[in-house]
Amino acid sequence: MGSYYRSLGETVGGPSAPVAWCSSVGPAELLQALGFRVFFPENHAAMLGAARVAQRTMPLAHAQGYSQDICSYLTSDIGAHLAGETPLTAFGLEAPPQADVLVFNTNQCRDVRDWFEWYGRKWGVPVIGVRSPRSLGEVTAGDVDGVTRQIEGLIPPLEQVAGTRLDPIRLAAVVAASRRCSDLWEACLRTAAHRPAPLSFFDGTVHMGPAVVLRGTAAALGYYEQLLAELQERNRQGAAAVPDERYRLYWEGMPIWGRLRALSELLTEFRTAVVASTYCNSWIFAALDPADPLRSMARASLELFIVRAEGPKERYLEEMMAQYAVDGIIFHDCRPCPNNSNTRYGMPRRMAERLGVPTLVLDGDVNDLRCFSDEQARTNIEGFVEQIADARGAVSGARPG
Amino acid sequence: MTLWVGLDCGSWATKAVVIADDATVLGTAVTRSGADLVGAADRALTGALRAAGRKRTEVQAVWATGFGRHALTQADGSRTELDCHGRGAAFFVSGPLVVIDIGGQDAKVIHLDPEGRRLGHRMNRKCAAGTGSFLEEIALRLGIESADLDRLALEATEPLDLSSFCTVFAGTELLALIRAGKRPADLALAAYRSLVKRVAAMDVFPGKVVATGGVVAYHPTLVGLLGKELRAEVIVPPLPQMIGAFGAALAAREGAVAVGPSIGGSDAD
Repeated sequence: MGSYYRSLGETVGGPSAPVAWCSSVGPAELLQALGFRVFFPENHAAMLGAARVAQRTMPLAHAQGYSQDICSYLTSDIGAHLAGETPLTAFGLEAPPQADVLVFNTNQCRDVRDWFEWYGRKWGVPVIGVRSPRSLGEVTAGDVDGVTRQIEGLIPPLEQVAGTRLDPIRLAAVVAASRRCSDLWEACLRTAAHRPAPLSFFDGTVHMGPAVVLRGTAAALGYYEQLLAELQERNRQGAAAVPDERYRLYWEGMPIWGRLRALSELLTEFRTAVVASTYCNSWIFAALDPADPLRSMARASLELFIVRAEGPKERYLEEMMAQYAVDGIIFHDCRPCPNNSNTRYGMPRRMAERLGVPTLVLDGDVNDLRCFSDEQARTNIEGFVEQIADARGAVSGARPG
Repeated sequence: MTLWVGLDCGSWATKAVVIADDATVLGTAVTRSGADLVGAADRALTGALRAAGRKRTEVQAVWATGFGRHALTQADGSRTELDCHGRGAAFFVSGPLVVIDIGGQDAKVIHLDPEGRRLGHRMNRKCAAGTGSFLEEIALRLGIESADLDRLALEATEPLDLSSFCTVFAGTELLALIRAGKRPADLALAAYRSLVKRVAAMDVFPGKVVATGGVVAYHPTLVGLLGKELRAEVIVPPLPQMIGAFGAALAAREGAVAVGPSIGGSDAD
């Protein structure tokens, strides 16, 4: 990861490959095949959140008319640009690399497009992308056709910025590497089906870095081959992410970047492992197929959880419950992120009633800690684990007197 | 006689309840929590034992609940308020039921099955609306003590509404009503109506409803309004402010599983 960030620094102040900004589940393979250095601003925003720099950068974007009620990734990042701050200084960069083109996919939300257009206006560079259908029940051939045509439509303007023609063989190779990365990442996550789990959701939010910013590269494959081997060895040895694991949870929704450690330590106190999450699974692109690169990229973007309707989402969560043998689901209601908050149309209650699985709604925000209460979260989570423990009918471990 | 003690260290007040083996309440005490939580718990514990006419050495176990539960070095174990209010309410009212605990800083809705086991819960968002703090703010605007709101509301004749979700905006709305010449009694009732609507919107309330917590204890007008809003009979158990501490004492007696961290250096689990 450090090499990746440092390589972005090489683009500043000298001749280099053109830079493309790409939304996290955008058409990264296409950009890599065209020789762009690809920068993922959501990764940057997550770093701002984890470093808690976002708390002082967001208000600068709010003052520019970007509401507190929209994506706090957007406001964190634009605010950081206005403040001249970046966590990338740790890798020798003074600022994120300036884009020659910004490429979005609205399969996750509209905010990425608004975010990119701010920079597009500022730098006078093109902002192009895929305007995706959303809330899909089944993913139809027509849906895939439509997105495929949009991706094909991106090629001429991207070739113009890149100054080169798209090489189909190179694209197929990148898609193949991306698919391999996806498969390895999925295999890493699946090791947490083991009891005790060798890694938790909180570990996953760190280990997913290469799957986000380096998919399609050899570096990502090497990373996940090594990680998978280590996780499999941990399972052989019975090494647990959470010592004395007693309860297993699923995390639905965005991380709370500024409280990763606090929440991880809190759950560890309760001997509770968060063994799977929609968020980490979102970089599994099982549909990618080097034999049909563009169409498979379209399908992969449409099969993601976030693009789907409530029915497929609930069926997906039900599968996860079974695969990972979880005792309950934490739904993070991320205040400014309706698309990543599956709490607002009754899903937690429906899941609890239909499956008998306890669900908890935790109010928070991906980056804005003003919307998160540590004390309330502690009581909520502790109470939730108590409920699971009581339902299991565990006998007392208390030591009276 | 074996004694069990529950301590409920809330944001405003710390409560202590001493019970016997058969769960009979022998003594209770309430004190302000303030900044010294351990000191407040000591005062409450001492007061409850004095009221019971018993000694500390007779106590088999002390369990804590409330926001300060992990800070109380006197405790042998802890459980959340969600557990203790549910446990306490279920002792007096058979399930299935829904417990509404309105505290100083938050409001909780707790669902219990026929055996009194928790099925789920909801807490208010990070916001004072629907909590005792809201009533404190309104009393401040009216220039009275919050304890006098209830008496004042009894004199209300005009049904007014405070529609804002936000406590600060509700305060501003109140100022506008004062400027319009509305009577303080009607404004006090409007504050209760606002709080009740906020709580009612937190969850669904099938079956029996039990209201607990200090706010219910000091603002009985709320109970009637809750019943109307929820179209349900709202049951208030004995000593509603003490239900959390009582539930903690029951948890101690029943040997519940403490899932939280150890307290005072001892592993509670």
